[in-house]
Amino acid sequence: MKVGVVVFPGSNCDRDALHAAQLAGADAALIWHETTDLHGADAVILPGGFAHGDYLRAGAIARFSPIMGAVRAHVERGGLVLGICNGFQVLTEARLLPGVLRRNATLRFEHRWVTLAVERRNTPFTWRVPEGMTMRMPIAHGEGNYWLPDDDLDRLEAAGQVVFRYTAPEGNPNGSARAIAGVIDANGRVCGLMPHPERASDAVLGSDDGMLLMRSLVESMARVEVAA
Amino acid sequence: MTLVEEPLVQTPLHRRLGLTDAELTAIHQRLSRAPNDLELAMFSVMWSEHCSYKSSKSLLRTLPTAGTDVLAGPGENAGVVAIGDGLAVAFKIESHNHPSAVEPYQGAATGVGGILRDIVAMGARPVALLDALKFGWPDDHRTRRLVDGVVRGVGGYGNCVGVPTVGGELTFDPTYTGNPLVNVMCAGILTVGGISRAIAPTPGSMAVLFGSHTGRDGIGGASVLASANFDDGSAAMRPSVQIGDPFAGKLLIEATLELVEGGLVEGMQDLGAAGLTCATSEVAARGGTGIRLDLRSVPLREADMAPFEIMISESQERMLAIVEPAHVDEVLRVVSHWGLRGVVVGEITADGDVVVVDGETELARIPARALAIDVPEQLHEAAPPTRRRLAPAPGETPLAHDGLPERGMDPGAVLEALLGHPNLGSRAWVTTQYDQTVGTDTIEGCEHAAAVLRIKGTKRALVIATDSQPFVALYDPAQAAALAVAECARNVSVTGARPLGLTNCLNFGDPNKLDAYWQLSESVRGLGETAAALGIPVTGGNVSLYNESPLGRIAPTAQIGIVGVIDDVDDLVRPQFATSGDIVVLLGETGPGMAGSAYERLAGAAPDDRPPSLDIAREAALHELLRVAAADRVLKSAQDVSSGGLAVAIAECAIWSGLGAELQLQVAMAPAVSLFGESPSRAIVTIDERNWNSLARLASSRRVAARRLGVVGGDRLRIRLVGVGATGAAEERGAGVADELDMSLDVLRRAWTQALPRVLGKVA
Repeated sequence: MKVGVVVFPGSNCDRDALHAAQLAGADAALIWHETTDLHGADAVILPGGFAHGDYLRAGAIARFSPIMGAVRAHVERGGLVLGICNGFQVLTEARLLPGVLRRNATLRFEHRWVTLAVERRNTPFTWRVPEGMTMRMPIAHGEGNYWLPDDDLDRLEAAGQVVFRYTAPEGNPNGSARAIAGVIDANGRVCGLMPHPERASDAVLGSDDGMLLMRSLVESMARVEVAA
Repeated sequence: MTLVEEPLVQTPLHRRLGLTDAELTAIHQRLSRAPNDLELAMFSVMWSEHCSYKSSKSLLRTLPTAGTDVLAGPGENAGVVAIGDGLAVAFKIESHNHPSAVEPYQGAATGVGGILRDIVAMGARPVALLDALKFGWPDDHRTRRLVDGVVRGVGGYGNCVGVPTVGGELTFDPTYTGNPLVNVMCAGILTVGGISRAIAPTPGSMAVLFGSHTGRDGIGGASVLASANFDDGSAAMRPSVQIGDPFAGKLLIEATLELVEGGLVEGMQDLGAAGLTCATSEVAARGGTGIRLDLRSVPLREADMAPFEIMISESQERMLAIVEPAHVDEVLRVVSHWGLRGVVVGEITADGDVVVVDGETELARIPARALAIDVPEQLHEAAPPTRRRLAPAPGETPLAHDGLPERGMDPGAVLEALLGHPNLGSRAWVTTQYDQTVGTDTIEGCEHAAAVLRIKGTKRALVIATDSQPFVALYDPAQAAALAVAECARNVSVTGARPLGLTNCLNFGDPNKLDAYWQLSESVRGLGETAAALGIPVTGGNVSLYNESPLGRIAPTAQIGIVGVIDDVDDLVRPQFATSGDIVVLLGETGPGMAGSAYERLAGAAPDDRPPSLDIAREAALHELLRVAAADRVLKSAQDVSSGGLAVAIAECAIWSGLGAELQLQVAMAPAVSLFGESPSRAIVTIDERNWNSLARLASSRRVAARRLGVVGGDRLRIRLVGVGATGAAEERGAGVADELDMSLDVLRRAWTQALPRVLGKVA
């Protein structure tokens, strides 16, 4: 069960994601963005941060990083990829996930604790989340306002690709269409979300709900391995 | 070479660079000849107030700096104290006031970048930022623009580099209208053996400059911006403001830490004020060496830069590493891995001189010590202003006050007004723009008085607070500094932590003015005496003078930052109420003195009223009591009583927890003093009923008063006033004071929540 956490120049949640993955029992390592080899990782995490400074549009440069070719090949092989915050932005820019992430409706960086409804539990990223449970974790981003045209949103919802939605009491923090906080690709192997599960990794930090996602991921890989 | 546009009447170059005639003479003496223009420019930035502390050095020498845990003190890039488990914390606070006044976003952003590099240069990974911001009253649109720009700048840099902003202060006062204050504090973690120093100890070693290229931004920032008063020509100073690139900053942090951790460097110095001149002369002066610097090898943004521009540029995101020749290749490899340019720009020499060459041509030669150490101090005269009101000495019988402005007071309405005041209300409008949780160590972020960060791999947690008392300082600067130290240490102690070290940022006016220098010298005295009495070593800091504008001088502002450690994070005590039915206890005695309080600024005070006095022994006893009670797991919550007094402290505990309280308060002097007075050495704690005897015993053995006020619960805050002064019995008061404060938590929470949006505009 190897987890590779990609480090772009400007990633700043790489070590946080590494720590949380290790806490969930994974054999996790950092992977520099200039390599084209995932070093045998069974799952890849694209962490939060400001890859390449995000001076253009969040994630717009990172999708050209050499590692992204390997990530794409990994996805084509059916491998698991989790994009958190900037990682989600990179995945949408790379067209590995549908939608775009626009600037927050407030036009400001927003750091808040939010509550997430988990819309789909039959994914490798969420199967450990108890039914009906809402999850608490922080958001910290300037561009997390999820958008797709209405027709596409209808199709996305119909296909069950909306995995996380912002919900009460705090509600939608950034103006995202239909309060969408995270989505999954059509094959159910690539998931991205703006909130930070790796920061909700210990009760002393305010919540350990995020560990349910990290454990889902790590233990899914174990199941795949056993099945194989 | 033209340094400054030629005016009609020729002013000598040294004066145009801010050097006095006496300083020019001193330069002649140190060189035994006349300096050339480049040398003069180098002297002007190094002998500026900002770099040399020439006006404050004699005062700063009086501060207590020794401590058993201190690993690095003043004079280094940052102070370092040991925290146990083989780890240490590097921390420092610095100002970026004048750049922020001129260009708020870049000024604040580069303030964050600068303090981060100071911490990183010590070999520490930054784990926390705190920012203490002071602005004019927000009804002025220019002030709102400043607030917005500074907040975006602090966030823009800190969020991007991935260091959480976990605390600070936000204060509005008309004295800051023309001259806002941006003080940024940073703390980082390192191993005890992993300290890196800003030193060039070995002749023959190489000086490697890495990071961003050198450009024309920030030319003369130290001498032009930071060392002169402000006037309407400030806009013309904009080219003196540096431009920050947080992405490059992040890469620089990672590269620097990899170099230090790999043992590849002998010394490390960041380039901040005075750029290459400062970095080269300081590492050489500390090492007793010299340095030969070739300008041809410095990577430039613009090809036609003059030597003086290269030497004093304050371009951001640059670092100077001192490297043994054998390690140079490896250093350059690490730097280039992080996408940064690194070049050998010079060699360490034995002759003690900073020598600037262009190929074979020698352009300047100055003893490193003359630039960095042997700076003529400026002695100033101090005289108190005619109008001042000093706090009574401890034990002095205070004036029995009739509390004039409380005539007909409705305590509930006053509490609502105080909570809704921009200086006391929720700072969420600002702090939601800061990433507070990156790093996954934040236990307490910006919400409360002290930030708490766990230290992974240990049971320990860092506790950090920053405080100031500018309003008391308008009356009695020494007392204000003393109160700020006491409050800051109290904020650390209420969590159960032990304060380990103190850093300070002294923001004052023009030291050439008698009363401004008096404010500075008094503040340093109050700071030093109190830190010494509490046993907290001062490990460094920063002095910002000339904080004056045509609108006047700022309130004297000694910004204090204290770092503490809690050995077992399970002992951490938080400020909000915990459980219905818990007993609310006031620790410490309430004393008189409303001058400088939030209440005074809202409602006024008697014209001869004074600031509260501080009994340092009582303060220390309270801190020890709080730590012992925390370690014994007696406390359910603990909150410091400070701005807004007891009523505001209790209201915050209630708002933060959603639990009300039913209390009774003995009023000895006047209701306003008991409810809203800001006398120090007090805390509000809650305990389980069965722990009352333990707490009472712990308190009485330390001679700290402990009074039961009532119980936690319900959705209202009710404080019934009883005792001789309860309703304001004195005849001359006229209408009596309501004898009960009874407010719904919803009303109080709304006032507190809306305090900033009401004046700064809404954020959804």
